[in-house]
Amino acid sequence: MDIELMVNSFPKLLSASLITLKLLSASLIVGLFIGLLFAILRLNKNIFMNKFAYGYSYLFRGTPLLVQIFIIYYGLGNIEYLRTTVLWVILKEPYWCAIIAFSLNTGAYTSEILRSAFQTIKPGIIEAGKSLGIQSKIIFYKIQIPIAIRQSLPAYGNEIILMLKGTSLASTVTLMDLTGVAKYIISTTFKPIEVFIVAGGIYLFMTFVVHNVIKFLEKKYSY
Amino acid sequence: MELLAFGDTGWGDELFYATLMTIAVAITAMLIGFFFALIFTPLKLSKNKFLNLIANTYTTIIRGVPELLVIYLFFFGGSAAVMFVASIFGYGEYIEINAFITGAFSIGIISGAYSTEVFRGAIQSIDKGQFEAANVLGLSKFGKFFKIILPQTLRLAIPNLSNVWQITLKDTSLIMVTGLVEIMRQSYVAAGSTRDPLFFYSCAAVLYLFLTFLSMKLINRLELKYSKGY
Repeated sequence: MDIELMVNSFPKLLSASLITLKLLSASLIVGLFIGLLFAILRLNKNIFMNKFAYGYSYLFRGTPLLVQIFIIYYGLGNIEYLRTTVLWVILKEPYWCAIIAFSLNTGAYTSEILRSAFQTIKPGIIEAGKSLGIQSKIIFYKIQIPIAIRQSLPAYGNEIILMLKGTSLASTVTLMDLTGVAKYIISTTFKPIEVFIVAGGIYLFMTFVVHNVIKFLEKKYSY
Repeated sequence: MELLAFGDTGWGDELFYATLMTIAVAITAMLIGFFFALIFTPLKLSKNKFLNLIANTYTTIIRGVPELLVIYLFFFGGSAAVMFVASIFGYGEYIEINAFITGAFSIGIISGAYSTEVFRGAIQSIDKGQFEAANVLGLSKFGKFFKIILPQTLRLAIPNLSNVWQITLKDTSLIMVTGLVEIMRQSYVAAGSTRDPLFFYSCAAVLYLFLTFLSMKLINRLELKYSKGY
């Protein structure tokens, strides 16, 4: 056991975990909006919109995240036409490509979580709102959304942890996130166990924090 | 379409064999995962606190650390660990572990943690009365487990195991970093040599979609079979 290496690599890994956190928070925020949008489309009675939202979630949940990142970073970047447009500014940066891929991916999972949360709301609650003469728009924002958020908290907590683990794939498109730096240190020192303990420990700490924040929120919003 | 031709001119046959490799790795990993679940599920359910701790450490670490990091651990540390064990027995030569074994083993360990949780949940949700009834009927320990508990566990576990299978199947794409030629690695090589990454990664996506679709259909049949009697 090389304790010195562990102590030396800790600050490097810690500063790399900042990139991991940035990737995670950016994709969760964008993903939440995408998820909400597609969950609403899924509940829509219009068959075309419904099928479109279903196809989206099927496509992103049926393929590995790695394929999605590669298609966006290597694939789209290879289209000559795109290189001449404004989009190229975003697509040439692995950082933005990773965020796009993660957001689309977590958006698909989030839409499923929110959809099932909306579907479990008892019709009686919505009817009660209607009978009180509340506009359907306000029923949606003030009654359906808060209940759906509470319902989906445990599943969404899982999704955050899955996404935290998913951000490690950013290292495959040359980003130096926590896993990227860990891999770099391993391949230069050939001490996989020590680096794994430190990097894994940081990941576990982050999972632990997420887990407890969700637990706290669940308690706070329980009824 | 020329790019997908079979034979020397296209990548069709290469991608076909790569798909078979993905299926082989996924099945092997799933079986290794079952083996781990077989060891750790009883530990999780045991009343001994120390055994509990061991099983909980395993599932917590695997479910909290990225798959890629676990793969790197075994990829870089695997042959060193095997050589260390071999040196105890007096064998000092360099041993290289094949990429298939490294990949299947690391994905298997990950899949095992998820399977353990699934089996634990399934066994815990079996009614206590079933255990008691089996005791009252005077069944042996094996009879009780194989005839009463296991069939009911499977019925409860299959929907969740199908999720584990889908996760395992998708995780196999990560073993491309070890150099094993599965779908992702083959697409990477093809994309590099033809300079058409969009086409080949889209092919990879279609292949994975096909595999997840196919396994969903097969698992639905299995579910029907095991849900008899409900």
